[in-house]
Amino acid sequence: MNEYEQYESDVIIIGAGGAGLRAAVEAQAMGLRTAVVCKSLLGKAHTVMAEGGMAAAMGNVYPEDNWKVHFRDTMRGGKLLNNYRMAELHAREAPDRVRELEAWGALFDRTEDGLILQRDFGGHRYARLAHVGDRTGLELIRTMQQKAVADGMEVFMELKVLRLLHDADGNVSGLVGYWRPTGKFVVIKAKAVVLATGGVGKSWMYTSNSWESTGDGHAMALWAGADLIDMECVQFHPTGMVWPLSVRGILVTEGVRGDGGVLRNSEGTRFMFDYVPDMFRTETADSEDEADKWYDDHTAGRRPPELLPRDEVARSINSEVKAGRGSPHGGVFLDIATRRTPEDIRRRLPSMYHQFKELAGVDITAEAMEVGPTCHYIMGGVRVDADSTAATVPGLFAAGEVAGGMHGANRLGGNSLSDLLVFGRRAGIGAAEYAQGRAGDVTLDEGQIQQAIDAAVAPFQRESGENPYDIQQDLQGTMQSLVGIIRTGSELEEALGKIEVLEERASNLSVKGGTTYNPGWNLATDLPSMLTVSRCTAMGALNRKESRGGQTRDDFPKADPEMGKVNFVERIADPSTAPTGACGTPSVRSITSQPEPVPVMPDDLRALLEEAL
Amino acid sequence: MAEEIIRSNQSGEVTMRIWRGDEEGGEFAEYVMPAQEGEVVLDVIHRVQASEAPDLACRWNCKAGKCGSCSAEINGRPSLMCMTRMDTLPPGETVTVAPMRAFPVIRDLVTDVSYNYEVAKRIPPLSAREKTPDEVEAGGYRMAQIDVERSQEFRKCIECFLCQDVCHVVRDHEENKTAYAGPRFFIRSAELEMHPLDTNDRRQLLQENQGLGKCNITKCCTEVCPEHIKITDNAIIPLKERVVDAKYDPVAWLGRKIRTRSKRSAADAAALAPSQGPAAVLPPGGVHGIPQPHGQGGPVLAGSVPNAPVAPGQSVEEDAPE
Repeated sequence: MNEYEQYESDVIIIGAGGAGLRAAVEAQAMGLRTAVVCKSLLGKAHTVMAEGGMAAAMGNVYPEDNWKVHFRDTMRGGKLLNNYRMAELHAREAPDRVRELEAWGALFDRTEDGLILQRDFGGHRYARLAHVGDRTGLELIRTMQQKAVADGMEVFMELKVLRLLHDADGNVSGLVGYWRPTGKFVVIKAKAVVLATGGVGKSWMYTSNSWESTGDGHAMALWAGADLIDMECVQFHPTGMVWPLSVRGILVTEGVRGDGGVLRNSEGTRFMFDYVPDMFRTETADSEDEADKWYDDHTAGRRPPELLPRDEVARSINSEVKAGRGSPHGGVFLDIATRRTPEDIRRRLPSMYHQFKELAGVDITAEAMEVGPTCHYIMGGVRVDADSTAATVPGLFAAGEVAGGMHGANRLGGNSLSDLLVFGRRAGIGAAEYAQGRAGDVTLDEGQIQQAIDAAVAPFQRESGENPYDIQQDLQGTMQSLVGIIRTGSELEEALGKIEVLEERASNLSVKGGTTYNPGWNLATDLPSMLTVSRCTAMGALNRKESRGGQTRDDFPKADPEMGKVNFVERIADPSTAPTGACGTPSVRSITSQPEPVPVMPDDLRALLEEAL
Repeated sequence: MAEEIIRSNQSGEVTMRIWRGDEEGGEFAEYVMPAQEGEVVLDVIHRVQASEAPDLACRWNCKAGKCGSCSAEINGRPSLMCMTRMDTLPPGETVTVAPMRAFPVIRDLVTDVSYNYEVAKRIPPLSAREKTPDEVEAGGYRMAQIDVERSQEFRKCIECFLCQDVCHVVRDHEENKTAYAGPRFFIRSAELEMHPLDTNDRRQLLQENQGLGKCNITKCCTEVCPEHIKITDNAIIPLKERVVDAKYDPVAWLGRKIRTRSKRSAADAAALAPSQGPAAVLPPGGVHGIPQPHGQGGPVLAGSVPNAPVAPGQSVEEDAPE
């Protein structure tokens, strides 16, 4: 019998990025006992990495902007695979969430008349991103962290969650995990659980994501019987650093392009003019002259093609490199040095200036940057009710990157930070209302707790076995080369086979040392989530026989209107009877992937898409 | 379509001397790794983990100088491991990596930084003024860029706590932690003092509860700040001046009395903080998850003589050793 500490709360939020903290603040304000659990220290979650800004149609720079235009841009950017209701709520509510952040202390850059300044980003018709230079995520997370601390929030720092727990009726009733500093196990009982665990990018070799992005929330939801959708839709951000190798994948903000930066190939050509898809042709400039006029006055010319949605730009860069027109280290050139003054660059993009100066020895005010696509964001995630963020199992809610639907097949830059706040708040309300209405005592099943702990400590009991770092590296290699930015059916099948083999290997993990702050063990307990979500992505990618947003199939290069009417849904039909795989979690072989209809948009919203706005 | 995975060239070797141990004590262990072009210290630590020492403990998240997790002392200098390029260190020499000394060791390079999270709870939060009718109509506050820039500088802080680590007042004086907020939280208070919307007056709190007077403005904090925040010049010295003005300047005192929009008193401001009193008094609820401070662990490096606290009535200039 394993020992563990036990705590209790009304609402437990897993994840302390923007969505988790916003959910916590809301649930606590509604009078519920609320606690936040996070894998790292408070204030270090991946939100801190967000750079360019937070999209909200406040109309401070372009008064003609409004939620309808933002809704339209989001849906078109998502190739209409979005949950329309989420896109609508997001566009309507984002401005209030930004203003609320300001009242809590956030200091955004200002317009001439003292309002919040908004910047241009890809796919957004108007300058719409509230920002602080290129460190907007830091501003968001620090403001929310300070608000949570001021509200006296209970925070469980450096606690890795292994599994969700449920009662006999299948209601999610808490979690089991361990303190990373001590290795001691912890059970937290709760009436409602909110997942705000972020993304999955650590399963790829070149990613902008930190070690934390192992898809824990996605996987735990699936293991608890919840549905995931759109897991094949993975965003490769067009501009990650490519050199030196040790920084490959680190993000270069889209703000560089929003503020005038352009992409060039080795011949010096602004190649994006050659890659404008029909869907965006009427609103995209067809000459450099026209594009350059647009920066100062959006009515003087159409948008530069560098500001097409991210999926378009990433694919174009990939094509240029393949055609032999890449930069020396396998990327392309991002040039702002010849476009803006050094003072402007340092003022508007201070983090980028330092990042390149210190990590690559490149002065971006004098030279072009070398950039290429990097795994950045997963559009897919837990299938939720748009209004309440409720997952498809009772007692479970999800917000932020771990939730699916809001961004469809491709997310627009800047829509993530606003998503965190809009749906973080809604998750707080949804979970609080559910907890208030939940009748009877919350009961836990000791068997589930013991099984999870047994599985977690098993690697210590094996004298020899697989090194978790080797499995992680092999998984990253598999996902990078076979489930990357451009996919084909045969490679996806190969990936599915490899993931099964990796799962076999992961059931024989061996870990050295003790349980106190042991990164090798921590990784061993992250691997089941990484394998599970990787499997979901590969399955969805194999099934979606078309190219749409974050899913590009070399063997099906066009969008298929019929495929556009379905989401692929991954689930484990009956987790309690599913065969056990790595670390005691249901085997990846028990996951199914089936098409189900995308929610049908009402006519009034559909009309907005077709209106010439 | 398989993407080619590029492997870097290997040339030469690097020797890492990394502190291994826990609160009970420990020692440096040497690891020799192949050198790789363009690497930072954290890359080499990761390669040590993936090969020779899978249980080597260190914190990290963003690997781009944005999250402030991977703080350590590299060749004796408090630094971010992710922003210290190997090729900026003396070539051919062993690289020594030790945990931050001002905080108790949990294991290897990971320290218990809960002191900082406890101090954070005692800072009264922003108390924003009401919107004017014009602002209500415009939908948001109006603030000029020039007025937000002073606080924006301090909000660049990534909470790496290197300034706290290097600060003489607590680096070798655990006992001072009960009544000293430290540079990170002086800039937090400065940020709020200079915030265009804030209505609190934090000066008395700074002097009486947060030990502002103990700072001898040696600028060590400014030197190690990876965000290049001018902690001493732009935050601490102006705060000291405000505090001195508040106490001893009758004109400023009168000015405060007759100002139309007066700031809240220290007592009122303190009441808005989620918890008050010295750091030793732990507030209810709050940040769980890491052990309470439990004495000094970690490697023994060269110490420094503590600076005497500033006596009441001394001017800031007299305090400064420079």
